[in-house]
Amino acid sequence: MDQKPGVPLSSIYRVFFEIGLFSFGGAVSGWIQREVVEVRKWMSYEDFLSGIALTQILPGANATNAAVYVGQRLRGIPGAATALTAMLTGPFCAVILAAATYQGLLGLPGFQEAMIGTAAAAVGMLLRTSVKSALLSARDAAAIFVMLTTFAAVGLFRLPLLPVIVVVAPASVGFTYWSIRRRA
Amino acid sequence: MNEDLAKLVIVLAPISLAAFGGAASMYAPMQHQAVDVQHWATAREFIDMFAVSRVTPGPGSMLGTLLGWKIAGLVGAVVATLALYVPSSALVVMVGSVWNRHRGKTWHSALEIGLAPVGAGLLLAGVLTLARGLSEHLSSIVVILAVAGLMAWRSKLHPFVFLVGGGVACYLLYLAGG
Repeated sequence: MDQKPGVPLSSIYRVFFEIGLFSFGGAVSGWIQREVVEVRKWMSYEDFLSGIALTQILPGANATNAAVYVGQRLRGIPGAATALTAMLTGPFCAVILAAATYQGLLGLPGFQEAMIGTAAAAVGMLLRTSVKSALLSARDAAAIFVMLTTFAAVGLFRLPLLPVIVVVAPASVGFTYWSIRRRA
Repeated sequence: MNEDLAKLVIVLAPISLAAFGGAASMYAPMQHQAVDVQHWATAREFIDMFAVSRVTPGPGSMLGTLLGWKIAGLVGAVVATLALYVPSSALVVMVGSVWNRHRGKTWHSALEIGLAPVGAGLLLAGVLTLARGLSEHLSSIVVILAVAGLMAWRSKLHPFVFLVGGGVACYLLYLAGG
């Protein structure tokens, strides 16, 4: 529906190479959303957010899963392979380089503080995009309830992800299905 | 050499498929396998690799890459990285294509609309979890809020500006304080 077969693999590679290389602190899905949905308009918010839900339920690093989902939506399996390779190229080189120079870097005064600041900035970016997603998906009282329940269970009470999703996701989807049918 | 590579795949691929909840859930089983079962590294070496993988960029855990590098050099690093990321990615491709083949049907719209607030809730929970990990450093909370506010105000700024800005700010605070 929103598929844009015109997005070249080289563009997919460039976007995810950059995201992978500068992904500090784990706050990556917000950045992917910004690049793919807001700046380049490769897919819609709803498409992206439902993909995020799907890729967080499935095992594996959420960021690479999200990249693979976007790559596949845009260009099928070549797109997915391109996105994954792009995400891993920079970090792969960086981590091996760092392993070789780590002891020396740790000795640098302020090195760890600078890394913490970088991670905090990444979390701030995620905060802003999360609030935006929250406002967009809060279509009605039921959606707000589902969002807050998920947030509280996983974020506040730190319940394991899988059981929470097994309860909340079918309930939310079932209720949505019911209300779509009722309106039709 | 080839035996080492095969072992990397046999040990890491199942961890890839069992990592529910993201890359952080890989640490415990990886530590167990690398230190206790396979004796690829001592507990101390594993902690060092963990630290290195945290201060470098990465979509999740590049810890496996370092393990592979230690065991079998560059080839080992490539094999370990693929073993950790290809199985879970293949699963995303398989489920994702089924996901998209049924676009336009009522149940698919229900899934998409119904899962959107679940995804948003998970994103917000991620912010809280990550902020908690940084909360012992008061300056990092200030950076989080400042970046979020700045980004709402000037959303077209390149993300790198924020990342470097945050790093520089905390480095300067360290200089001022120390």
